[in-house]
Amino acid sequence: MKQFFSNLWIKFKKSIRNYPKYMKRFFKDLFVLFRNNIRDYGMYIALITIFIFFIITTGGLFITPRNIFNLIQQTGYIAVMSVGMTLIIVIRHIDLSVGSIAGFIGAILAVLIVTYDMNAIIAIPIVLLIGITAGLLTGYLVAKIGIPAFVASLGGMFAYRGLIFNSLQNTGTLGVNNPIINAIGQETIPAIANVFGLHLLSVIIGVIAVLLFIYSEFRTRKEKSKYDFEVLPTDLFIAKLVFISITILTITFLLASYRGFSWVLVIVLVVVAIYHFMTNMTVLGRHIYAVGGNPEAAELSGISVKKITYFVFGSMGFLSALGGIMYLARLGSATFTAGEGLELQVIAGAFVGGTSAAGGVGKVTGSVIGALVMASLINGMQMMSLGTNYQAIVSGVVLVAAVIFDVKTRNMKKVQA
Amino acid sequence: MANYILEMHNITKTFPGVKALDNVNFKVEEGEIHFLVGENGAGKSTLMKVLSGIYPTGDYTGQIKLKGEVVDFRKISDSENAGLAIINQELALVPEMTVFENIYLAHEIKKRNIINWNQTIHMADKQLKRVKLNVNPGNKVKDLNIGQQQLVEIAKALSKNVQILILDEPTAALNENDSENLLNLLVELKKEGVTCIMISHKLKEVTAIADSVTVLRDGLTISTLRKNEINEIKIIKDMVGRSIDNIFPERKPQVEDEIVLETKNLNAYNFAVSKQVVKNASIKLKKGEVVGLAGLMGAGRSELALSIFGNPKNYDMDGDVFVHGKKVHFNHPSQALKAGIAYVSEDRKNEGLILKQDVKQNISLTNLKLLAKNGVIDKNKEIVYAEKYRKEINIKTPSIEQTVENLSGGNQQKVSISKGLFANPDILILDEPTRGIDVGAKYEIYTLINQLIDHGMSIIMISSELPELLAMSDRLYVVAEGKITGELSKADATQENVMKLATV
Ligand SMILES: Nc1ncnc2c1ncn2[C@@H]1O[C@H](COP(=O)(O)OP(=O)(O)OP(=O)(O)O)[C@@H](O)[C@H]1O
Ligand SMILES: [Mg+2]
Repeated sequence: MKQFFSNLWIKFKKSIRNYPKYMKRFFKDLFVLFRNNIRDYGMYIALITIFIFFIITTGGLFITPRNIFNLIQQTGYIAVMSVGMTLIIVIRHIDLSVGSIAGFIGAILAVLIVTYDMNAIIAIPIVLLIGITAGLLTGYLVAKIGIPAFVASLGGMFAYRGLIFNSLQNTGTLGVNNPIINAIGQETIPAIANVFGLHLLSVIIGVIAVLLFIYSEFRTRKEKSKYDFEVLPTDLFIAKLVFISITILTITFLLASYRGFSWVLVIVLVVVAIYHFMTNMTVLGRHIYAVGGNPEAAELSGISVKKITYFVFGSMGFLSALGGIMYLARLGSATFTAGEGLELQVIAGAFVGGTSAAGGVGKVTGSVIGALVMASLINGMQMMSLGTNYQAIVSGVVLVAAVIFDVKTRNMKKVQA
Repeated sequence: MANYILEMHNITKTFPGVKALDNVNFKVEEGEIHFLVGENGAGKSTLMKVLSGIYPTGDYTGQIKLKGEVVDFRKISDSENAGLAIINQELALVPEMTVFENIYLAHEIKKRNIINWNQTIHMADKQLKRVKLNVNPGNKVKDLNIGQQQLVEIAKALSKNVQILILDEPTAALNENDSENLLNLLVELKKEGVTCIMISHKLKEVTAIADSVTVLRDGLTISTLRKNEINEIKIIKDMVGRSIDNIFPERKPQVEDEIVLETKNLNAYNFAVSKQVVKNASIKLKKGEVVGLAGLMGAGRSELALSIFGNPKNYDMDGDVFVHGKKVHFNHPSQALKAGIAYVSEDRKNEGLILKQDVKQNISLTNLKLLAKNGVIDKNKEIVYAEKYRKEINIKTPSIEQTVENLSGGNQQKVSISKGLFANPDILILDEPTRGIDVGAKYEIYTLINQLIDHGMSIIMISSELPELLAMSDRLYVVAEGKITGELSKADATQENVMKLATV
């Protein structure tokens, strides 16, 4: 790394001399980078645009620490479930039962804690297991029995909704007042200390995240150079590091100046990190995308399409349960209508995030950003006091526009630097 | 002065990183059968897509003249209205619809938007007679075999009053009989005044019926030969840029006594089509041997291969399979791969490759474990291996990060074979490994087979091209209607002997 910086210094001195020419090339490289990765960056650009729009129209209210905090709380459970839905859509299926499962899991958890007085530490793993089982059941109907996922999960959507009524029929809407559930719903991670009015632990986590990010970027770069593979030009590489680090740090300080990182944020980050790693780096992830890309070819390559289908639906069940717990915690009570229509928000998040219905294409990070885009729209329009009618119309238009963008950029030619 | 019905002048078409067509000139006379030949990736399909408006004006540069008039096609229907019809290699029929519905699809016979079905059936029947296809027009297309489907496509083209018929590798998936029928039909149509442009890698067909041949190489027009100048050696030379004296490279016999694979009384029943696809098949494969499976299309050769390779289509099976003398029972291809058997599918697009993924991801799919530590893939290693195959088997692609969809057919085939090899098998089943690939690439694949044998591999080869199967196999079995009807040693393996056994 030392050598890297001394090289950089020499380069920097040289570039001062050639400044104008240099800037021209830099922006050209930057343009080419954007142009060639527009599908990946489009989502982020959309998010930034939406943010800027609302910051202006709400006179800055949108970007207050308090609102950003709320936005994260509102998006959390949808984001987590969108991650699972991405994989479902990647393998060419759909799962309509996730909203009902989330509501059902919330109801059982409430009943276990309130009626049976069970410790949340025990009750939560139990309901997560129930979620996995529900997911595997759909997986069984799809992989083993061979019925379309649309139908199997539509059945689930009705049936679990019914089971919510069964669970709550003796109690009606069931309020939960449990320290762990409350923490998941509203609270932030412990601060340890407050420094200059900042939530210390959040700051530490944010800084560590930035350091880890920079380290891993350097490592991949070094690995790649070792094999003589193409890497980003040094200046662009630095620009990328700086930009992303600043973004992470800005959000960190914004939140730290208010209440710090919420548990919701932590859960979302952990889920995304695990799934991002799994899909990009592991054999399992590659197998999932192969099955989505061409099931016949995958089968003949020695991949069990059945096992992958089970896994993906099982994981969806798990994440639905997790989403259900977060939903219950956020509301503070289990209701008959919990999670109604949630499946559609989750599916919208995945599609806005660039997952393709034709299968084989989609990123979990994209879906999370997609969910955030949709939630930001609602949140911002609420702040502008636009009615739910406008919120619905705009959501619909943005969903379709995002997919149009995706389809149109799919076959765009790459340009040479 | 020749009477050109079609002239294409200075056509240039580029894809990112590839100049697919470079100032190509192509002229076709009225009423002739004009072949377009060239290596994989030479640009043949691209040229025909330019002609038929699949790539609209503006997507390429150059000029197209039809009967002396400049035309500019923006979509396929434009070219159809001008009397052109293209039949792509991927058939464009709707399997669930009947033959007559398919023939008049998108140009229905109607009055005030109400379809006249009786008239449709009557007209469809007429077209079917023209192409000499003897099926009931009310049959569903999915119930026809591939040769019959091909004829339905042609009937469909004829029903549109076509003047120029373009066929992109129509015989690649046909057996000898059906191919011959098709060629005869083209000669008939010529008498009716239909001009025909045909792409093919089978040079026998060219010498049999062509009036002219145009050879493309690397996007350039190399030559146009007239009837009296056409001969195979000249065409090959123009195609590959050098002469190939021996179409089938020699191999030192390497067969050892050790039996690496054996099946005993293997039976397989396919529920999907309610048919017993393999009947009592007993075959043996020795170390260092190439065993050929000969037979007609649909005889059950692929089914036999799949029964050995872990039964991916879930046939109902009985009988025994022995690998290296040990009885095995595979429930899934993964187990067969683990035991050292790899299978390269005959249908690279639907069963072999993941078209949307890139070259390296396709190659590595069969053996990701080799690249992974604790389930985490070493992507750099993946690139190194993919580059190795790209060099060794000469896959023509701008980079291993190119999506496989954008490669030409022959290069897709090479990726498909690389994928099988990456599993590091000692028994390799090649199902139609040279389908749709050019003479040069065929030669490379034959050479590759010989190299693999030299390295101690044993190979089962399925092919519908008898000459290549006879030349490459040390021994062969003939399959007919799921049964092994004969076993022929190299000495006895002649075209007549095989055909006799194949048609019992
Ligand atoms: N959509 C595309 N995107 C990028 N490159 C393409 C695309 N289509 C074709 N090519 C490239 O253009 C070249 C010509 O391809 P084309 O399909 O015309 O070859 P061909 O002569 O028909 O070969 P084959 O005999 O294998 O079918 C090849 O190098 C191919 O990789
Ligand atoms: Mg072609």
